[in-house]
Amino acid sequence: MSAPIRISYREALRQGLREALLGDERVFLMGEDVGRYGGSYAVSKGLLEEFGEERIRDAPLSESGFVGAGIGAALNGMRPIVEVMTVNFSLLALDQIMNNAATLRHMSGGQLGVPVVIRMTTGAGRQLAAQHSHSLEGWYAHIPGLRIVTPATVADARGMLYAAIQDPDPVLIFEHASLLNVEDEVAAEPRAVDIDYAAVRREGTDVSMITYGGSLPKTLEAAAKLAAIGVSAEVVDLRSLRPLDDATIVASVSKTHRALIVDEGWKSGGLSAEIIARIVEQAFYELDAPPVRVCGAEVPIPYAKHLEDAAIPQVDGIVAAARRLVK
Amino acid sequence: MFEFKLPSLGADMEDGTFTEWQVEPGQQVARGQVICVVETQKGAIDVDIWQAGTIAKLIASPGQRIPVGQVMALVATEGEDWRAIADTVVPADTAAPAAPAAPAAPIAAPSAVPAPGRIKISPAARRRAEELGVDLTALKPSGTHAAVSIADVDLAARAAAPVDRQAAMRAAIAAAMSRSKREIPHYYLATGINAERALGWLEQRNAAVPIGERILFAALELKAVALALRETPELNGFYEAGAFRPGTGMHLGVAISLRGGGLVAPALHDADRLSLADLMAQLKELLQRARGGQLRSSEMSDPTITVTNLGDLGVETVFGVIYPPQVALVGLGRALTKPLVIDGAIAPARVLRATLSADHRVSDGMRGARFLIELDRLFQQPELLA
Repeated sequence: MSAPIRISYREALRQGLREALLGDERVFLMGEDVGRYGGSYAVSKGLLEEFGEERIRDAPLSESGFVGAGIGAALNGMRPIVEVMTVNFSLLALDQIMNNAATLRHMSGGQLGVPVVIRMTTGAGRQLAAQHSHSLEGWYAHIPGLRIVTPATVADARGMLYAAIQDPDPVLIFEHASLLNVEDEVAAEPRAVDIDYAAVRREGTDVSMITYGGSLPKTLEAAAKLAAIGVSAEVVDLRSLRPLDDATIVASVSKTHRALIVDEGWKSGGLSAEIIARIVEQAFYELDAPPVRVCGAEVPIPYAKHLEDAAIPQVDGIVAAARRLVK
Repeated sequence: MFEFKLPSLGADMEDGTFTEWQVEPGQQVARGQVICVVETQKGAIDVDIWQAGTIAKLIASPGQRIPVGQVMALVATEGEDWRAIADTVVPADTAAPAAPAAPAAPIAAPSAVPAPGRIKISPAARRRAEELGVDLTALKPSGTHAAVSIADVDLAARAAAPVDRQAAMRAAIAAAMSRSKREIPHYYLATGINAERALGWLEQRNAAVPIGERILFAALELKAVALALRETPELNGFYEAGAFRPGTGMHLGVAISLRGGGLVAPALHDADRLSLADLMAQLKELLQRARGGQLRSSEMSDPTITVTNLGDLGVETVFGVIYPPQVALVGLGRALTKPLVIDGAIAPARVLRATLSADHRVSDGMRGARFLIELDRLFQQPELLA
């Protein structure tokens, strides 16, 4: 085994795509600008030259059309990876995702599976305003028949796609745009990762900070600051939003007796609400204080930098909320 | 502003459990005033403050375990506004951080007074209370949530549980003495001192005053030890981090055995500068407070040498174990009547066996001998001890 390598989240996504394409000839990538342009976020740069137009397919600007085509290809034995530029645009394909991809196995009595993987960028932080910056993965996590994963580390960015392709049912991968330039060390060889379990990214005893995706680095930074003032925070990275890994969440809260959810999505009817509901349902008698949420402000994500920063969870806000919770 | 930190109340003390404050924010405090009580292995200690000022902010809370050196309170010094300090200063090294100035109140503000019959308690705390058999109605919330938490239950349970002070003190003595014998190369000297003149002088003095003003021989001995130390300052102080640090005064640690076992050696401060009557009064007070568990932190922490006296028990000679980080211990036995050769004739005289255990890293037998010679000289001139 060779020494670990240091790569970016973006490079990890590209390596994940290459490994998927090399590992199974039924795999192809399709989406807006994924070929000649190299992907809106340069994730698929160079893949067209390596794998050709058959397997790296530029799609017209019609999310409903090319997501539907991907679902059709999956129904017919292919293993398509469909890239949607941002989660906001995926709403144009919501009918295909919800009414077809998520339902057909159920409606066909198990005869038809839809092994499609749909990747999309999510989240704020790049001043792309209210039509490109939302965090709607919590909505998708509402839908039975879909699996929703959120790689928050470089290792997960590389490994989750391979695991998603092995799944016989539709998997949606949400890649937070603010993570693309994050670098970390990973094993030189590809490593299989699971897409079933949450991970405890930092152990602690005073409060469980439960988060995922783009909020993970902020939450870890907050945990480090809390440690400096004597608060031992545990950080749980959900990794999979559907199904949720209840056991890991409950185990952590049962240890710390305090729960804080960090989610860039909105509170109302959101994923954070679901997590707290489950904690209360399954670990009510473990709670020593009311659970707390640090979430996106209930506004469309603003364009102006200072307003955008104020609209989503930040390190100081997480630290302050945790301090109030443990006091 | 200065930070009032938990002092070390003994060589082997690492932390203490905070018991209660005896002051409140805004209150003026004088140097030497007892401001809080901390539970240690040696029992509940009244902790006094060594700087005058105004209490700005109390940080330690009851039941909290506090490491030595941690900030327990902030104190405004003369000319400072204690309110400003209380509002602005958040010490970084406190275990319980202060609440931020403007909490966004994600939790519905709980009513301060719970409805009658309903105890506001977290689910986990309720279960813990059941496990520990803690009476719910006796619990009071301490945090910002205005509800009883696990910490509150644990605190109540600890308060209810009988603390095995004897065992804790035995362990503390064991640790200190083991460390002493492990680290300190002791040397021992002993001499017989003709105490006839000193005893005679004292008996004469006591006969002339009411019972309440009489002075014990033990007090006279302490005064003699304190004065003799002026000759040999290297016996009075501490050995720390590979170097000797002289004591700032003759603070004699008086070994006092406690009823029910164990012992403490609180300081009799500046014993060399006290008149014999004052020394006697302070010794009496120290004995009472030691046996009542009312010692002050400064008395526990700063003796510069220890004196152990087993004369009352009929012991003739005692070689003590030095209490680290001190560097010497003086042992005094009973003054027994013995045949003594004085000026070529045998005569009965009361002879006191005085010993010195000293740290060879700091002093040598020659210097130790000087101390005993000086002690003997003082016993022959008791009027110098008045």
